[in-house]
Amino acid sequence: MNKEVYIYLFVMAAVTYLIRVLPLTVIRGEIKNRRVRAFLYYVPYVTLAVMTFPAIMESTGSQAAGLAALAAGVALAWFGGSLFQVAVLCCAVVFAVNFLLTM
Amino acid sequence: MRRSDAEVFARGVRDAVPIMLGYFAVSFTLGIAAKNAGLTPFQAFVSSLTQASSTGQFAGYMMISSCASYAAVALMIFVANARYMLMSCAMSQKLAPGTPLRHRLAVAAYLTDEIFGLSVTKPSPVNPYYSYGMAACAVPGWSVGTLLGVVAGNVLPGNVVDALSAGIFGMFIAVIVPPARGDRTIALLIAVSMAASFAFSRFNPLGISSGTRTIILTIAIAGAAAFLFPPKEGEAGE
Repeated sequence: MNKEVYIYLFVMAAVTYLIRVLPLTVIRGEIKNRRVRAFLYYVPYVTLAVMTFPAIMESTGSQAAGLAALAAGVALAWFGGSLFQVAVLCCAVVFAVNFLLTM
Repeated sequence: MRRSDAEVFARGVRDAVPIMLGYFAVSFTLGIAAKNAGLTPFQAFVSSLTQASSTGQFAGYMMISSCASYAAVALMIFVANARYMLMSCAMSQKLAPGTPLRHRLAVAAYLTDEIFGLSVTKPSPVNPYYSYGMAACAVPGWSVGTLLGVVAGNVLPGNVVDALSAGIFGMFIAVIVPPARGDRTIALLIAVSMAASFAFSRFNPLGISSGTRTIILTIAIAGAAAFLFPPKEGEAGE
């Protein structure tokens, strides 16, 4: 397993770097195709949303804690909370809800 | 390095201090995810140093823990990090046209969301040493935070680890929600994505892993959205 992990890490680093370096070095002009631009524009939102839910309910100890953290995080981010503030709030909500559930 | 480059580098270091602090906290929870996937502290440190990409690293850890194929991991990383292609395109317009290749190769290495975000707020052309200064400050925070997340994740009580695990999701939420406020298409996409992901996780007769599920849903939903809602000119790629 340990040997394989380094191959995984190499693949991850190589692909990440290629994505970042290719447009910056190869494509000097602007991407014109509207569909491709739109796809790339939407990808991060879809990927992050898919990875957040329902995983947030499965890896935080209890479903109630995960749901509460999701709701609180969305509310704070909506009203201008920073990345750091939202992350801290989600952690605090999970801790508080799990604490109340086990009292 | 010329003297003016050294000054620009120092300004990059100063400007990136808030990024470094935020990275440290968030990468700590990423380290917990790495630990859950079976990585050693050193492996997690190396992955942060060589990628500096929360989404990609988190997705990669999920794939490692489900023993995915290397090709699937490569595809997953491509999908999870596809936004960097847009940032890289935009950065190519921010650098002076005559910027040598070695600078382009180096700037690309740490083109993270936050470093890109600070870069585009500067007037063109951006001096590559500004990027290097930001990276020199922010990336150690990211890498050491990941390392400590793996180490301390082993000694912290379970309820604290559960709480810190929410941090990475909080970061994702903080990235996707603010743009949704001004763009109904994005808000709709987020809702559809979460609903589809939930449905997929509850009804999964083929036993598809969560990493593969992310690839399939991303390509399907973002692809459909690109067909249904092509952005107006000048909207995408900012």
